[in-house]
Amino acid sequence: MGAGHCRPETANAPNGASPREEKDVKLKLASLALAAVMAAGPAMAELVFPSLDYRTGPYAPNGIPVADGYADYFTLLNERDGGIGGVKVRVLPCETGYNTEKGVECYEATKGEGALVYQPLSTGITYQLIPKASADGIPIHSMGYGRTSAANGRVFEWVFNYPANYWDGASIMIKHIMDLEGGDISGKKIALVYHNSAYGKEPIRTLEELSKKHGYELMLLPVDHPGQEQKSQWLQIRRERPDYVLMWGWGVMNQVAIQEAANIRFPMDHFIGIWWSGSENDVLPVGAGADGYKSLAVTAPGMDFPIYEDLKKYVYDKGLAAGNGDQIGRVLYNRGLYAAMLAAEAARTAQEIHGVKDITPAMMRDGMEALNMTEERMAELGLPGFAPPFKVTCANHGGSGLAAVQQWDADTQTWSLVTDYIASDRSVIDPLIEEDSMAYAKENGITPRDCAE
Amino acid sequence: MLYREAGEFHTSYVQDGQTFPIRFDRYAYYAVLVIGFLVIPFVINDYWLNAIFLPFLIYAIAALGLNILTGYCGQVSLGTGGFMAVGAYACYKFMTGLDIWLPGENGEWVRYALPPINIFFSVILAGIVTAGVGVLFGLPSLRIKGFYLAVATLAAQFFLVWLFNKWAWAYNYSASGQITAPTRSIFGVEITGPTAQPWAAYLFCAVFVFVLAWLARNLTRGATGRKWMAIRDMDIAAEIIGVNPLAAKLSAFAVSSFFVGIAGALFFSVYLGAVEVTEAFGIQKSFLVLFMIIIGGLGSIFGSFAGAAFLVLMPVFLKNLLVGTLGWPTSLAEHTQFIIVGALIIGFLIAEPHGLAQLWRLTKEKLRLWPFPY
Repeated sequence: MGAGHCRPETANAPNGASPREEKDVKLKLASLALAAVMAAGPAMAELVFPSLDYRTGPYAPNGIPVADGYADYFTLLNERDGGIGGVKVRVLPCETGYNTEKGVECYEATKGEGALVYQPLSTGITYQLIPKASADGIPIHSMGYGRTSAANGRVFEWVFNYPANYWDGASIMIKHIMDLEGGDISGKKIALVYHNSAYGKEPIRTLEELSKKHGYELMLLPVDHPGQEQKSQWLQIRRERPDYVLMWGWGVMNQVAIQEAANIRFPMDHFIGIWWSGSENDVLPVGAGADGYKSLAVTAPGMDFPIYEDLKKYVYDKGLAAGNGDQIGRVLYNRGLYAAMLAAEAARTAQEIHGVKDITPAMMRDGMEALNMTEERMAELGLPGFAPPFKVTCANHGGSGLAAVQQWDADTQTWSLVTDYIASDRSVIDPLIEEDSMAYAKENGITPRDCAE
Repeated sequence: MLYREAGEFHTSYVQDGQTFPIRFDRYAYYAVLVIGFLVIPFVINDYWLNAIFLPFLIYAIAALGLNILTGYCGQVSLGTGGFMAVGAYACYKFMTGLDIWLPGENGEWVRYALPPINIFFSVILAGIVTAGVGVLFGLPSLRIKGFYLAVATLAAQFFLVWLFNKWAWAYNYSASGQITAPTRSIFGVEITGPTAQPWAAYLFCAVFVFVLAWLARNLTRGATGRKWMAIRDMDIAAEIIGVNPLAAKLSAFAVSSFFVGIAGALFFSVYLGAVEVTEAFGIQKSFLVLFMIIIGGLGSIFGSFAGAAFLVLMPVFLKNLLVGTLGWPTSLAEHTQFIIVGALIIGFLIAEPHGLAQLWRLTKEKLRLWPFPY
């Protein structure tokens, strides 16, 4: 031990420091340590919202705008209102890369920080987290993705997928096609181009049921991760000439599919994507060829809402925008805002129900289950007419199930809604949800809750 | 100073032939065992389990398996991901009750099922099934070698992933094509499922790692391992001195796939709990395990562990350092992490082309000669 004279505490002090200076440094270090302890201590109330996002990899073009919108809404709440009910919000970003292993790591890394609700933005990660989060007592909100049958709140106590789910989406697409065709689609051929994963496979069951009911022919075309290679699928579409093509795509798969459709001159207004396959980032790379492409929408597109004035004043102009700030106002950015807004409203509801400001994940769950998004409340929040009103109940965790169809105009580079909000065919979907959720309950030994009380 | 063999006299063949002939090595090994089995289970929490220990232990088993095939027997394989998928799906079928469908009296299909098998035996059986599949895909190795064999195993990788995505029986006809591990226990202690205690899941995997590593070590220094190495070094010469290439190559494929299958079964049932074959067992998994043994050291048990630790722990460590401590944006940290891990791999391989195991060997060599190493 030849270096005994060099004490580690004074390592920061300059060489030849006088004892006095040394003492000061020590004091400073001690107070810093104290401050760190206090900052980490439970005395500082805050609401923690983890953001399991992805800004890298093949799904980044869609992951970035959602993550930006999510973060910016909470920044707005902190800057303008001082948080939710006076309690500051902390967003905990964690990069998952749309990869389940990393998603699990993110979940474990953030859950100890008091995470109130998880929004994994990946159907695969949602499937992974449903049992884990239910056991840990932390709610999951898979907004318009994830396990569709989680809409049955009697089985999935901790999981929510309002305002609409994939089976709603599939049914709404078919309804829209029926509207276009004058009500009769028997004998028509409809192709589904889907991401070959749990996400893309979700609508198949509903589309099959609906094809029995309406008599169309369903053609299934899986696209493997990450979706850059779709030549053979589109060759098949060119050969078989389906009347309509539906798409369940995500990430680079969307751009490639729209490009391929443009290449084979498929009529774009007969090509309809789910709400995850219709943002500026999907159609802009294709240019004029994407004109007329349709997709579903759960919220209105554009920046024509009073909240953007507040966002500009409190967030963008202060330089607090998340990411590069170049996604503002895009469809998926609005989706991120909406996700954050629903989470914040649920937290506010939870604060009201329990009369406490610093809520726990269990209280958050109660707040989500009692969530009531009315037109008036949306207008108060600066988002009048942004999305249809809905109410969550103990039995129904799926919300309204409403979605509209939006269409891309390549000249003005804007999305606009071309229909009203359409309701899905509950007579087909409800039995499917019941069947699938009961199978899950049986497999996992869950006794469905009694929601009558 | 501490690490030396001077003064240690072996008076029997058993002593001379033991795995750790140097006392210090032996004590270090016992210390690792004591820490692994008697200390970690008492302090482990969910984060350490799911972010660090489970991936490390499970990838270590997979790396051991691939090292037997590639490192010891010289047969390059790119099918590891596919074989892990076989293990995972076999384990799923055994733990949920293996079923067959036979035509009944009225022409409809009737389901006959075995009762669910205990998770421990499910994992072992999954390994055995994978060994069978591995032998099947190992048959071409008798005619084709080197890169051509790599291509044949690549076909296995794509075929198996396609199969488990397509074949509804394999995932019990679930709508999403996902398989989900139900809660299963041993002696009343939950091992799989969301409510399993961290220590139970950890110990379950640690026992498999210990037994399999012990098995691998003793197989590779016995007659079987010597035959594998003879085939690796020069197959014609090996054949001339009496090594049966059929038996040697296929046994390597069987043992290797057994290990990889167990890794896949644990990966699905204990670690992730739910998997989707295209995402969890794609070609990138095959490359990951291959990189583990290349970086760790081909033909080395320690190398398998070192490689697995390097590729599992380094990204987690860098993420915690860059995002947690330095407060970088997550995307920048993710990209930087790729660069750093890539640079480290190149750096390590330039410094020592035979991997971390060789570095470790050289370090020990120098320590034995300390203070005058040459």
